[in-house]
Amino acid sequence: MSDMAPPIDLHASQVRKFNIQDMLFHQVTLVFAFIVLAALAGILISLAIEALPVLKQTGPAFLWTNVWNVPEEQFGALSAIYGTVVTSVIALLIAVPVSFGIALFLTETCPVWLRRPLGTAIELLAGVPSIIYGIWGLFVFAPLFAQHVQPHLQTALGDVPVIGGWFAGPPIGIGILTAGIVLSLMVIPFVASVMRDVFETVPAPLKESAYGVGCTTWEVVVNVVLPYTRVGVIGGIMLGLGRALGETMAVTFVIGNANRIVGSLFAPGTSIASTLANEFGEADPGLHISSLFALGLVLFVITFVVLALSRWLIHRGTVKQGK
Amino acid sequence: MSLYTRRIWTNRIGIALSMLAMAFGLLALLWILWTLFYNGFSALSWNFFTQDTPAPGSEGGGLRNAIVGSLMIVGVTTLVSTPIGILAGIYLAEFGTTSKFAATTRFITDIMLSAPSIVVGLFVYALVVATLGGFSGWAGSLALSLIAIPVVVRTTENMLLLVPTSLREAAFAVGAPRWQVSLKVTLRAVKAGVVTGILLSIARVTGETAPLLFTALNNQFYSTNMSQPMGNLPVVIFQFAMSPYDNWVSLAWGGALLIALLVLGINVIARVLFRKKSSD
Repeated sequence: MSDMAPPIDLHASQVRKFNIQDMLFHQVTLVFAFIVLAALAGILISLAIEALPVLKQTGPAFLWTNVWNVPEEQFGALSAIYGTVVTSVIALLIAVPVSFGIALFLTETCPVWLRRPLGTAIELLAGVPSIIYGIWGLFVFAPLFAQHVQPHLQTALGDVPVIGGWFAGPPIGIGILTAGIVLSLMVIPFVASVMRDVFETVPAPLKESAYGVGCTTWEVVVNVVLPYTRVGVIGGIMLGLGRALGETMAVTFVIGNANRIVGSLFAPGTSIASTLANEFGEADPGLHISSLFALGLVLFVITFVVLALSRWLIHRGTVKQGK
Repeated sequence: MSLYTRRIWTNRIGIALSMLAMAFGLLALLWILWTLFYNGFSALSWNFFTQDTPAPGSEGGGLRNAIVGSLMIVGVTTLVSTPIGILAGIYLAEFGTTSKFAATTRFITDIMLSAPSIVVGLFVYALVVATLGGFSGWAGSLALSLIAIPVVVRTTENMLLLVPTSLREAAFAVGAPRWQVSLKVTLRAVKAGVVTGILLSIARVTGETAPLLFTALNNQFYSTNMSQPMGNLPVVIFQFAMSPYDNWVSLAWGGALLIALLVLGINVIARVLFRKKSSD
């Protein structure tokens, strides 16, 4: 072994150098990947620490107490949670059928040369910053809605038992219903894109067999495509829900910002995100700011769960293609 | 009605409704854009770019301080988030195909893509603003970086995974070390895709308002000092749109038009760039 030729040694040192560099490179990239994880953990921890004072005082009752009294320092999250959930539900009630229609059109009936431009247009709708939706909702949509839609809704549905109360009160344009409608516009592109993508994973032979036995396009979509992509579609809807729950600016402009729960959807309300946007800047240190952090924590935990579910479902829905 | 005609009609109605849904989506986009041009175009003038935001009650004014502030905050965000995002993306694609840690990171990144941006603002407030004593442009950039990084990570990883293994093997076969294969072969092969990701991340953060509310805050005056509160377009739009002054509202529309054009423009460029490259 002692008479090993020098050139081979040189080579070995080169390899050793490369190995060290590789190890360093591996570690460096790993650290940066770790930053992403650390950020999430940091968010959870810092919100929890800041929320601690109010949670100590109220306990879990913070979640279901319907009071938001800044001067007397009494805080409960119920009205904000109510507004967040109701606006998101309204948004989904509108966005899901519309997104389904868009996805159906883009994958089944649209001429091929139009698919790309139309799909891009829908994706651009997703790129529009939320503050644009907000300013549009406040100055353009809300006045039109108050003048031309709300009075008709009131005369048509106001006397129907149970749901009549949803349309009570003065038609002022801004309120929970308006926020839900503006939100739905924001959510549609996300849900529609996911639906289109999972619809495209349906194997052509499956659809062609259905067409072959004489199914109409509608029947193919409802009886073949939808059952096949069910999981992915639900994932897409959850993604939309996650987006809607956490949306701030579009809602803040049009929800009216009133910390109370009123049965009518025409009435102003508040959501977690809009309460934060409105009050955080001027909040007093102490219980008020702590309560706002607690609201943020609630929002983050809810959206985290919804988005985690959505991601899992979409993943399951799209990998099926390979099996 | 026979079963046959009922099926035909169900189909026709279903297809008609789906076309209606498509028209609804397109109309919404056109309506919003039209409103922006209609209300915002008249605000765009020389003064809009050369004067600072007006004091309450005073006439005229522009958004110079906000435009410069936004450019600086977004610029720093891009400088911070691009290397972090690309390196994390390389880790996920090149080293982390099987590890638990990588799977967790991938999962968290996906969630951070859609996480409520206002919560990121709260986090940076607690981490930086409250501890270092004040709102600043740096804090704003940090908040936006947390939103931009996941976008860069995911596009970088997805692009790298498209590189054929044979290309990597060819580089390994001539004795290249792993880091050279990553940086000089695979990353270079997907340059256009990675640039697309960076552009999309810029488009994403340019319009973000919520994370800046409690971090960069706002500044009525022209300032290029990143350690002080900084004017920025989204927050100015928010405050001015909600104000009772006509010239403020008009400036808000102008700012909204500017941001929308910028964001949609970047989106279109990113798409064109990516399509041209991937069809080569």
